[in-house]
Amino acid sequence: MDQASGQSERPQEQPQRPVAGDEAYRRQLEELQQVDFALVELNLYLDTHPTDLQALQQFNQLAQRSRHLRYDFEMRYGPMMNFGHSFSRFPWQWPETPWPWQV
Amino acid sequence: MWIYEKKLQYPVKVSKCDPMMAKFLREQYGGADGELSAALRYLNQRYTIPDRVIGLLTDIGTEEFAHLEMIATMVYKLTKDESAREMMLAGLGAHYANHDKALFYENAAGVPWTAAYIQAKGDPIADLYEDIAAEEKARATYQWLIDMTDDVDLQDSLKFLREREVIHSLRFREAVEIIKADREQKKIF
Repeated sequence: MDQASGQSERPQEQPQRPVAGDEAYRRQLEELQQVDFALVELNLYLDTHPTDLQALQQFNQLAQRSRHLRYDFEMRYGPMMNFGHSFSRFPWQWPETPWPWQV
Repeated sequence: MWIYEKKLQYPVKVSKCDPMMAKFLREQYGGADGELSAALRYLNQRYTIPDRVIGLLTDIGTEEFAHLEMIATMVYKLTKDESAREMMLAGLGAHYANHDKALFYENAAGVPWTAAYIQAKGDPIADLYEDIAAEEKARATYQWLIDMTDDVDLQDSLKFLREREVIHSLRFREAVEIIKADREQKKIF
């Protein structure tokens, strides 16, 4: 590939601007939903089995993984939680669509 | 304190508009054994339940609100592109006359939600048995709803909710055993 064609192709190599609600959004959201579901399930299980060490370790590992996934998602699509549990860019992103029932 | 998460607990897809199914789904929105009843029942009972079970009632009560949002999403998606006439033909004429397409806490027959649907007896065994019964009734309702639609996307979300009722019932049964065991222990020592 010569330099000229490399230059002309550069705009296509740029990562596309994230669009909330599109297919990539839904895919990344689903990844988070999967981990967070396992956390709900482990949480309820631990409520009645508080001394299951293996379940507790799994819970803490997944809690860590959920934080990473959530952080990546929020960097791309904006805050997922209100009242200071997520950061926002300017202007204030929280009211931006889509809301969950609009996805 | 509660924090809102801008996501559904599980994806809700519908493959077509179906206002009649939306009408039936209201049973799980504002019905006696629906998600609103469930959330309010558990979050109210937790103030007078033994400490060992408060966490479980808090967590299941909170999850029920996520399920309420999933039902609302189904109803919203199944009706959003329908005309007044289509709503009427689907049996939602009375609803439309009063609410347009707004959701309302009512059951499949249009009866408004009432606090009389839920109990708080102050007796942990009585309360937990009611909770177990409520989960089993909700599970049965989800099965009837699954049987009433041929929309596989909608069925998928309803099956998720049906399975959650099974788990909640199981956890409440375990809570009963925990409370019984605690009582036995107090008698011995």
